[in-house]
Amino acid sequence: MKETQNNIGAYLKLHWKTAVFLVVLLIGIGLADNFVDSYVRRLLNLCAIYVIVSLAMNLVNGFTGQFSLGQAGFMAIGAYTVAVFTVPIESRAAIFYLEPMAPFLANIQLPFIVALILGGLASVVAAFFIGSPCLRLRGDYLAIATLGFSEIIRIVFTNTQSITNGALGIKSIPTISSLWWTYGTALLIIIATVLLINSTYGRAFKSIREDEIAAEAMGVGLFKTKMTSFLIGAFFTGIGGGLFAALLGTVDPKQFYFTLTYNFLLIIVLGGMGSISGTIIASFVVTLGQEALRFLDEPMAFGLDLPIFRPGLRMVVFSFLLMVIVLFYRKGLMGTNELTWDFMAQKYQSIKKKLGGKKTSNEGGGN
Amino acid sequence: MSLLRTENVIMQFGGVVAVNDLNIDIKKGELAALIGPNGAGKTTAFNVITGVYAPTSGKVLFTPTDNAGIATEIDITGKKPDKITGMGVARTFQNIRLFKELSVIENVLVATHLNANYSFLSAILRTPKAQKGERQAKAECEFLLERLGLIDLQNEKASSLPYGQQRHLEIARALATKPNLLLLDEPAAGMNPQETDELTDLIFKLKTDFDLTIFMIEHHMDLVMEISDHIYVLDFGCTIAKGTPEAVQNDPKVIEAYLGVDADVEN
Amino acid sequence: MVVGMTMETFLQQLINGLSVGSLYALIAIGYTMVYGILRLINFAHGDIFMMAAYFTYFGIAVFVIPWYITFIITIGLTMLLGVTIERVAYRPLRDAPKTSLLISAIGVSFLLENVATYLFSGKPQAFPEFPLMTTPFFIGGLSFQPVSIVIPIVAFVLMSALLYIINKTKIGMAMRAVAVDYDTAKLMGIKINGVISSTFAIGSALAAVGAILWCMKYPSVLPLMGVVPGLKCFIAAVIGGIGNVKGAVLGGLILGFSEVLMVAFFPALTGYRDAIAFVILIIILLFLPNGLLGKKYMEKV
Repeated sequence: MKETQNNIGAYLKLHWKTAVFLVVLLIGIGLADNFVDSYVRRLLNLCAIYVIVSLAMNLVNGFTGQFSLGQAGFMAIGAYTVAVFTVPIESRAAIFYLEPMAPFLANIQLPFIVALILGGLASVVAAFFIGSPCLRLRGDYLAIATLGFSEIIRIVFTNTQSITNGALGIKSIPTISSLWWTYGTALLIIIATVLLINSTYGRAFKSIREDEIAAEAMGVGLFKTKMTSFLIGAFFTGIGGGLFAALLGTVDPKQFYFTLTYNFLLIIVLGGMGSISGTIIASFVVTLGQEALRFLDEPMAFGLDLPIFRPGLRMVVFSFLLMVIVLFYRKGLMGTNELTWDFMAQKYQSIKKKLGGKKTSNEGGGN
Repeated sequence: MSLLRTENVIMQFGGVVAVNDLNIDIKKGELAALIGPNGAGKTTAFNVITGVYAPTSGKVLFTPTDNAGIATEIDITGKKPDKITGMGVARTFQNIRLFKELSVIENVLVATHLNANYSFLSAILRTPKAQKGERQAKAECEFLLERLGLIDLQNEKASSLPYGQQRHLEIARALATKPNLLLLDEPAAGMNPQETDELTDLIFKLKTDFDLTIFMIEHHMDLVMEISDHIYVLDFGCTIAKGTPEAVQNDPKVIEAYLGVDADVEN
Repeated sequence: MVVGMTMETFLQQLINGLSVGSLYALIAIGYTMVYGILRLINFAHGDIFMMAAYFTYFGIAVFVIPWYITFIITIGLTMLLGVTIERVAYRPLRDAPKTSLLISAIGVSFLLENVATYLFSGKPQAFPEFPLMTTPFFIGGLSFQPVSIVIPIVAFVLMSALLYIINKTKIGMAMRAVAVDYDTAKLMGIKINGVISSTFAIGSALAAVGAILWCMKYPSVLPLMGVVPGLKCFIAAVIGGIGNVKGAVLGGLILGFSEVLMVAFFPALTGYRDAIAFVILIIILLFLPNGLLGKKYMEKV
């Protein structure tokens, strides 16, 4: 017992900066939860959800080097699981007016957290089925297969009237507006991802990204490892989807067009495809940025009629941004580096040096 | 006692027969070499042995000895490379294939993954078993890096290492899989005579220290002749000679394959 | 008598399947040619198809240019678009890791879709009518739209021309060489950039023809119209064996027939029509990963 206490003490001493940061962060979340208005609250919640899904995507695409485009599909599964199981039983008949809800589901109502985890698990099952044929193959088939899977899920959900209410979608989902749900989950997932990446499994993932053939020669089972990464990614994405449903209060198939996946792709490319901290930063940048640039979609934004501003310009700007990054700043913000205390200290030193260097050369020239 | 042998292995790609009727028999504790002109099929032979390619026909048989001391011959023909590595066969690559973005020690640690006896869930939760496994793996890797003179560079990115050190890292990484049989594909490629000398000593020492059997492809004849117990000579996929260094050195077919003329005619 | 329908209806569905399959084949060829040479899935190809439809729409309906001139302009513009995309978004990344190239292709696709939505609004536009093509004529008890017959004929002519080019001309030989061994072809003095640009030009031209014919049959133009056909046609190329032009045609036809016949025999599954492509894909990947006519790519270790 004493040994564990010593270990924890030593651990805290080593990581005191991170511990302080976490405490400050938690206080910040608590304050925000009590004082921000509903618009900002919704935005912050969305940021957290995007962090979760982007991180999951980065785990598979950035760390394991497997190009999956199925996020929208896995999110849809998680979202609909929460929707179907948390809508109050009394409301269901009204929502499912076109065709009554399937009897085996109609009377089951689960607490939010149970439905959330169930959604994650359902995504895992789907990921297992899509991954089994595709992860065995070398080549780019995973991208098309996951994209296709994402579309199939949407098509299926649009047609299974009695389970998902088809194109009408499901509304009156009990909403969660507290920041603790999304940020708490996001923190847990971030911590889990960090611990995973810094373990032998994380190294196995990265080895596959670096050189599959060498990895296999060193004893890393390719299919098993890729599948592990893929399933974990699907689990986190499903949970993100469940939170998404609870945030918005409604789900419908049109929310889960594959174009949703492109948002996450932009985030992980912007942040750096092998960086956890990069993804987190980029999630906030993109989510808030898309909100901030909303004025591009409105012709009357500045009180003048600017016809160049109309719906669609915002997304043109963002897709242009993606092209610029992939063509000129391939590594994104962080590349494969992490925003550790050492990293920031190094950057600070090098910036100081650069500024100091400039000053002395000016002085030298002046003489 | 035989550790690895091949039976009539043929590897054909479309119309090209890269390896033609390969029959090798490597004894436990031996240091065997595979030589021959460029394009003779040597690396292809390695790839067949390690499972990268499934041979067009023929068998690859490996005889490991388990903890109880019992040796069983296993047919490893066409098995997947990671499974074969798990049985005790490791290799290095002719064109270095390090994990470029990973650090030196991470490269070696990857090769310990196959011996990790805990699940990813345990890894995330940092259970005592997982922590112990990680500490052990780290200690093993540090030991290997020290033996190969890389310990001071352990946190450097693998791609930043000078060429000779990268070759050493490849060997360290292969050793981390705890092999019985180590296949070295041109370990001295691109090295100057002094580095080759040092490598020769190193390979010999590693063999005794780690109780290894080594099978090596090499072009540096001084290295090969000095430490090999047995040599196989390949030309256009066919085995044109096998035997001790002395026998092979004086074999007219070997001389012809390398020099293209009969030595007698020159005299 | 075929289950659930008369012989006439079945024949009608066969013609339908043939024309849908031919459209898929025209678009699939573009995917397979680019993949054969660059090992790249040109995600933007479906959106190039979409842009061709808009070019035609604007030419005829907005600028009131006679259809035959519009068709030529469309094909020309689309070829230009394809070649430009390769030059700007793919060529700079030729030495970059494969992932970057893939992301760039997705990025171009995304950009095209958003630009189209911005410029043309998300509302579907009505493609101009071609009564000559759409007024049904009757043979026996069957009614056909002329366009359903024109499509396979045009497709067949174009594909024969393409196969001739690939197999019997110098540029075709250069294309085949680059597809088999990129580095050696370069060393042999083949102008790689020219070959690649030609490949994109041909693929885009075929997509443009496909778009024109498609819109005659389904006269609705919208920014996202290329997405699902694009996906399906890539799958068609995979089914036939990616990199193989005949395979792309075969795959397109198989897919076209499967879709039409599935809906004809099981009308209840109409909503799932688009899903059948992915189901076939999974089956093919499980049992014949190199497609029907494809060869295994051996990587040098």
